[in-house]
Amino acid sequence: MFKASQFEKIRTVAVILISLLLTFFIIAIFSKDPLGTILIFLFEPINSLSHIGNVIEMSIPLMFTGLSVVLLFRTNLFNLGAEGLFYFSGIVASTIAIHATLNSWLHPGVAILAGALTGAVLSAIPGYFKAKWNVNELVSSLMFNSILFGVGLYLLNYKLRDTQAFINASYKFQKTALLDNIIPGTRIHTGLIIALLCIFAVYYYMYKTKWGYELRMTGSNRSFAEYSGINTTKVIITVHLLAGFLAGMGGSVEVLGMYSRFQWTSLPGYGMDGALVALLAKNNPLSVIGAALFLAYIRIGADLMARMSDVPAEMISIVQAVIILLISAEQFLKFWKTRMLLKEAGVRE
Amino acid sequence: MNNFVHILFSTDFAFSVLRVMTPILFAALGALISNKAGIVNIGLEGTMLVSALTGVIVSAYTGSAWLGLLLAIVAGVLIAALLGFFTLKFKTHIILGGIAVNMFASGGTVFILYLVSGDKGASTSLKSGVLPSIHIPILQDIPVLGPILSGHNVLTYVSLLCVAGLYYMLAKTPLGLQIRSVGENPQAAQSVGVRVNRVQFISLLISGFFAALGGAYMSMGYLSLFTRDMTAGRGWIGIAAEAVGRSTTIGTFLSSMLFGAADALANALQVFKIPAELVGTTPYVVTVIGLVVYAVTEVKMKKRKLTKSKEKRA
Repeated sequence: MFKASQFEKIRTVAVILISLLLTFFIIAIFSKDPLGTILIFLFEPINSLSHIGNVIEMSIPLMFTGLSVVLLFRTNLFNLGAEGLFYFSGIVASTIAIHATLNSWLHPGVAILAGALTGAVLSAIPGYFKAKWNVNELVSSLMFNSILFGVGLYLLNYKLRDTQAFINASYKFQKTALLDNIIPGTRIHTGLIIALLCIFAVYYYMYKTKWGYELRMTGSNRSFAEYSGINTTKVIITVHLLAGFLAGMGGSVEVLGMYSRFQWTSLPGYGMDGALVALLAKNNPLSVIGAALFLAYIRIGADLMARMSDVPAEMISIVQAVIILLISAEQFLKFWKTRMLLKEAGVRE
Repeated sequence: MNNFVHILFSTDFAFSVLRVMTPILFAALGALISNKAGIVNIGLEGTMLVSALTGVIVSAYTGSAWLGLLLAIVAGVLIAALLGFFTLKFKTHIILGGIAVNMFASGGTVFILYLVSGDKGASTSLKSGVLPSIHIPILQDIPVLGPILSGHNVLTYVSLLCVAGLYYMLAKTPLGLQIRSVGENPQAAQSVGVRVNRVQFISLLISGFFAALGGAYMSMGYLSLFTRDMTAGRGWIGIAAEAVGRSTTIGTFLSSMLFGAADALANALQVFKIPAELVGTTPYVVTVIGLVVYAVTEVKMKKRKLTKSKEKRA
């Protein structure tokens, strides 16, 4: 029995294959040793335990921001503010990691919670604008990215900066604030567990609660939801709070799990990647895991390729753009789906 | 405080407003033409970036800034064509398509820059050209107005001409009429024989043309080199300016000037002892404020209309 969901899976696989072919094409054009470079890109990420660890550790922030964007996209909100929230919440978590005195259980918990709550509150601002006055959330969230980056950088340079350090970085985090390494030989940290718990929590929220139902209804058709008695204003603000909470948590987890000082002097880029993860996951929270791992894999592949060969890692963004264009192209492979449906109807006749 | 007022009302500041406004105005015009046709081109940021790099590379290799400008325009229009192909043919969501274009441009420009110059940050090793500035005879000798209006890069004057040209095109030409009718109601336009997809595609191309001019200005007028992500949100601010200008040509021009002034103000404020990181957020804060004010006004206007129609009914 041919199913629409089966078709979507096939289409996603086709998109990924096409993007990989494009990768090979680019490598073949620019590299002096195309075959060697392609093999590095494809297999080097699983060539050693530490490389596998790199893939998994990179997928952690992608899971948080991907999950954040899934909530927004499912509500038909095109908010790309996860970037600034991720950065600024990292600053907040760093402040607590530096200045608070707590035991090794409470310290990271308080820091992460503070970062997450900061993300929620800040995210509610454009959310309120959108819900109340229908302010264009795409542009306003992008403006907030730049605003939060500017304010965050000010805090880093004027309040947290360790002038003894050779780089532009904060004072050292207290050891009690750092997240534990959970797999020896890698840098995979406790944040992975937190991310997975959040994914299952969001899945439960979206599909097993009435609030999740309201969210999906509002995303499908806001007018219909309103006529059905759903308070869409409240839903939109709530979704922004939750999305901001997740993005903020992601930023906090990333700085405490991977660094001993705050040292981002530019936006790290995980927020925009969240949109890509959400698209690959088809806005499904459980699929965020696979999508984040895939994206992390090709990223690590590109990084290793850049180090071991003559092709710069930035070519991966060309591939990512093609993935977005194809995966959201409704007409892509449409003829094939139509033919399958017709064939099935023919059998029935 | 005296210093602040003095800076604000100096001819230098007014000059810099026009100079800083130019890329925002180009982006806003690009947003306007596509919005009129009923599609939102949010790939403007990426289009500007690609054009900026194209202009630098071509002018460095050919020695001609004008040839750089020409091919920058070609590159911008091609990017818009790509976006149009995917959104109109493959039915990619227009916003997601724009996000893809911006992502492609952000990493792709660094990729190409590295291949061409060996540098991932800036094109300082390339000897690229700069488009000339124009000193307008007679005008430049007028006190106050002369220092403000004369001596700008040629593309600044082109942007002002584009405002007039776009106004005329939308208001007075058959293509303009088709664009506006497609944007108002595509089904109605289709029913009288207008080819909706084609008109929207043309609008996207024109949008790409304007964005290309904005991008070329960034790297061959405002600056004389390409740096990674050098557009720094100007494409987005242009989109906001178009919205705040209520999708009219004059409104778009005025709001672009407002946001350009905010950007110029951020530059001017650097002489005070305000941290540069906070001053740098000025253009973005003003943009958000502009968006909110515009949206609040819209909501109130709708309520007023609703109230009036109720009163008439009663």
